[in-house]
Amino acid sequence: MATATAEPRSLPATEGDGHKHKKNALSDGQGRLAWILLAPTLIIIAVVAGIPVILSFWESLHQTNEGVDPTTGLVAGGDKFVGLQNFTNIFAGANPVTGSFGTMDRFWNAFFNTTFITIVCVLLETVIGVAMALIMAKAFRGRGIVRAGILVPWAIPTIVSALMWKLIFDSSGVMNRILGREILWLADTGASFWAIVIADTWKTAPFIGLLTLAGLQTIPAECYEAAKVDGATTWQQFVRITLPMVKPALVVAVLFRTLDTLRMFDLPYGMIGPGKYRVETLSVFAYQEAAQTRYGPAAAYAIVLFVYVLLVAFIFVRVLGAEVIGDADVQKKKKKKKGGPPSDEAMQETMIGEAIGGAH
Amino acid sequence: MTFVRPAHRVLLAAASMSALFVAAACGGGGGAPSGGGSSAPAADFSKQGDIEVWQGKDTSGNFQKLIDQFNSQHPNGKVTFQELPDNADQQRQQMVQNTQIKNPKMAVLSVDVVWTAEFAAKGYVEALPPDKFPTDGFLKATVNSATYFNKLYAYPSTSDGGLLYYRTDLLNKYGLKPPTSFDEMKAACDKIQAGEKDNKLGCFAGQYNKYEGLTVNFDEAVHGAGGVIVGEDGKPNVATPEATKGLQTLTDWFKTGYIPKAAITWKEEEGRKAFQAGELIFHRNWGYVYNLANKTDGSSKIAGKFDVAPLPGITQSGVSSLGGHNYAIAKNAENKGTAVDFLKFMSSPETQKSNTLATSNSPALESVYSDPEVVKKFPFMPVQLKSIQGAVPRPKAVEYGDVTLAIQDAAYGALQGQTQPDAALQALQTKLQTLIK
Amino acid sequence: MSTTTEVHEEHLSQEEIEKLAHPKQPLNRRIGVVLSYVGMALIVLYCIIPFYWMIVSSLRLPTEGQSTEFIPSPASIDNYKGVFSAQNNFGRSLINSVIVAGTTTILVLLFGIIGAYALARLRFRGKGAVLWLIMACSMFPLVVLLPPLLKMFSSTAPFTWFPYWINTYQSVILPGLSFGLPLAVWTLTAFFKQLPVELEQAAMVDGCTPGVAFRKVILPLAAPGVLTTAIIVFIGAWNEFLLALTFLQDKNRQTATVAISKFTGSTGFDTPYGTIMAAGVVVTVPLLLAVLIFQRRIVAGLTAGGVK
Repeated sequence: MATATAEPRSLPATEGDGHKHKKNALSDGQGRLAWILLAPTLIIIAVVAGIPVILSFWESLHQTNEGVDPTTGLVAGGDKFVGLQNFTNIFAGANPVTGSFGTMDRFWNAFFNTTFITIVCVLLETVIGVAMALIMAKAFRGRGIVRAGILVPWAIPTIVSALMWKLIFDSSGVMNRILGREILWLADTGASFWAIVIADTWKTAPFIGLLTLAGLQTIPAECYEAAKVDGATTWQQFVRITLPMVKPALVVAVLFRTLDTLRMFDLPYGMIGPGKYRVETLSVFAYQEAAQTRYGPAAAYAIVLFVYVLLVAFIFVRVLGAEVIGDADVQKKKKKKKGGPPSDEAMQETMIGEAIGGAH
Repeated sequence: MTFVRPAHRVLLAAASMSALFVAAACGGGGGAPSGGGSSAPAADFSKQGDIEVWQGKDTSGNFQKLIDQFNSQHPNGKVTFQELPDNADQQRQQMVQNTQIKNPKMAVLSVDVVWTAEFAAKGYVEALPPDKFPTDGFLKATVNSATYFNKLYAYPSTSDGGLLYYRTDLLNKYGLKPPTSFDEMKAACDKIQAGEKDNKLGCFAGQYNKYEGLTVNFDEAVHGAGGVIVGEDGKPNVATPEATKGLQTLTDWFKTGYIPKAAITWKEEEGRKAFQAGELIFHRNWGYVYNLANKTDGSSKIAGKFDVAPLPGITQSGVSSLGGHNYAIAKNAENKGTAVDFLKFMSSPETQKSNTLATSNSPALESVYSDPEVVKKFPFMPVQLKSIQGAVPRPKAVEYGDVTLAIQDAAYGALQGQTQPDAALQALQTKLQTLIK
Repeated sequence: MSTTTEVHEEHLSQEEIEKLAHPKQPLNRRIGVVLSYVGMALIVLYCIIPFYWMIVSSLRLPTEGQSTEFIPSPASIDNYKGVFSAQNNFGRSLINSVIVAGTTTILVLLFGIIGAYALARLRFRGKGAVLWLIMACSMFPLVVLLPPLLKMFSSTAPFTWFPYWINTYQSVILPGLSFGLPLAVWTLTAFFKQLPVELEQAAMVDGCTPGVAFRKVILPLAAPGVLTTAIIVFIGAWNEFLLALTFLQDKNRQTATVAISKFTGSTGFDTPYGTIMAAGVVVTVPLLLAVLIFQRRIVAGLTAGGVK
């Protein structure tokens, strides 16, 4: 009798609907093997990410002693445990600065900047990306060139991109020359905010475009034709067929972009420079505080940012139904039943079958 | 919904992990002390061996030559050049980080004059024994910039002062002399701009972007109007009518266009390029611009058509802000003996002179300014010397980063027209009083 | 459903047959097609123009770094010569970048493939938690990790037991793994799931163990996905800046992105845009070539799991 985990057993494959938990010859009692296989990944993550995060949290409960000895002028140094004071100081408003939203504590200024930049950037990226996808879905020839072109922004290293945009946005640079005005993009003005938005959107809209395009390509043409036969207008087709069917791919794309933009560091730091309160994000703020050797508060701000990011992810997954981990269930439903190597077209056909069955 | 249970598990896992690691972290102490304190043992300045010199980018290639020269004369301890990013903030950060991790190879640091107080107070660098490091022959300002609480913490190496660059051809054309005050400069600009009728020709610009250069220019404006940032007693006193007049003058010049609007984004290089392209009549910058603006390779449209004068004041004679770098010995360095030898080498008259000739940086040793070879190559040296001798240092504070940020906040806001100068200075005074005690 | 076309069942004339065989597209359909080509052109321009600017800026004379002429005149490759001048040590930093990015990619693939296999094929409790944990790991802001990592790799308390890893390649590779692994595991899991289990079952019926079945049957089929993941991870690792700046400070160990940030012109204050743009082009072109050659696979990979 096969009791060892590696012995193959001949159990029947799933029949009928894919809702039953799938038992296959490979998956029974494989828990131990699974943990062994996952061990390297988990260990690395624990050591290189887990420990620093725990330590950061520990650091955020301390402050450096900054008292200066009046005779020698030397700082005593060392840390003292202050509990949650670094976190409560966030609400104390001891460090007012003036940003886009008026005068407030520097932390909240960074917080609102981060939130606002994220919302605007992600909105723009999504609109432009979806527009790109729609255009690319329509055209038949030359798609290869466009797809190649779309990957260009992604292939340029971030810091090179920041420097490139810095050159373009210089007050005597080519952007001002094209616009015919003298906008101070790189000062601490409202224009700096737009400089960041433009630079970030340029780099990331193509992503959303690609992911949306993939989603669009799974929508069978029959759906649209049937709708046209029913008299639906182009707009109605877009809202009733296109949007719902790209929603899964789009929501996941938007989720990842949102998380990335919340943590934005390279662009404001590299292109505009630190200390510019209208574009200072939480990442830049935490980094600056660490540079001033205020490691405790810096760790506290970084932890707050981390919690913020987790919260947003959680909201996305729960409220908007981002199927980040759900592809297990989704894929099971779309599993092809015949044997043989799958091809793109074959996968599409399966999905078409499901879609036609579901959409009509 | 598969998220309740896994989330539960994650929480459990995270909780147990954190318990484990907090235990581990606690075992090692809750955070390393950030450097020496009052109980540090006396430093050993005798050990010889290989060391690293940490300095910003060597743009002339001359520093490596000097190092090679030292190494050939100093067989029992070789020097390696650890090049840092050219951004001053990044340089400082790397030095601080490596002090925190007690890097024993980092031995000699090129310390900007404004970092002395911080590096000394936080124990990043050693106090230099006066017997090994005599200070006669150096410019007083440089020695002052390396001193903290009456102890020498760094050895002077290079200095710098602000200069007024002006277009000789334009001033001669209208029979004008270099201005000694802002009012004279304004009158000169009015005359020249009316005559030239070139709307690309701006009047004057310094450095006004939100970085250390802004603190420098603000400092010069305030002192040129008879004000101070930090008074003789070491306490901040910046919310005075004199200081307000200084900031107000700059703000007005922005408003009325005597300073081009784009100058709010300029650092040293942008201003230099505008001046070299013939777009400015007057320009405030450091000494390095002289040779570059005189280049005849086509990069400068004004080669041979400009000269240098002391900075103009606002209600009194102009005062320059003090720049420059000094060499310090890192606290955790292993081979401090070699470091001592290197510091002495870099401050010797021969090295100071050869360095100046190669890089056009202003030396710290006074005698070099009157050396005939130096004066021949750099005719502006005597003016530079006067500028440095009358220069004022920026405020000395342990948390200089915070101080300069507060100054930049105030100045930048006023120059952009977002706050009134007197209100900005009031807020600055309040902040400085908590930072500089 | 009612239709608007009527079907003639007999006696189609010759003309009608012709019309049915070659339908003439209605006018607005053709306008739609034209517009979509215009749209495609716009998209390509949108993506390429800033890059074009970078190339153009790199081909100017070194002293004209900030000129705004659309075509450099005179065009010059002086900037490229400057990039590879002895001072900058750029060749060495390119090699370092290749070492760091290459090792990261290989290790990520190694650990990622076996981890993805576990997640895709094996059933075990805690799978959801593991997936969440791995995904959460890619959400850390780097500023959270840097100070403790610095202490860890420099054997400072409380890590005095840890080896001194400053200026070693592993100090950048390991944190890089922690960013690349979640990405790879996620993408590869999605790829493996697309391949039906029946393939391996068929192999096992023929007498293979699951491991061999995986290696000989699934991996070759998933090769496109593996390749895609490799490229995505490589580009991410190549891009890495802050980690390399903090841990690889030695001139001979720094990576290309750090080297670019240290370029200075002839004076200490100068930002030599020409040289920086030239270096940027040098650093980007290999990535671009790889991307263009494998673009179909990359697109498939990016869309398989909806990853960044």
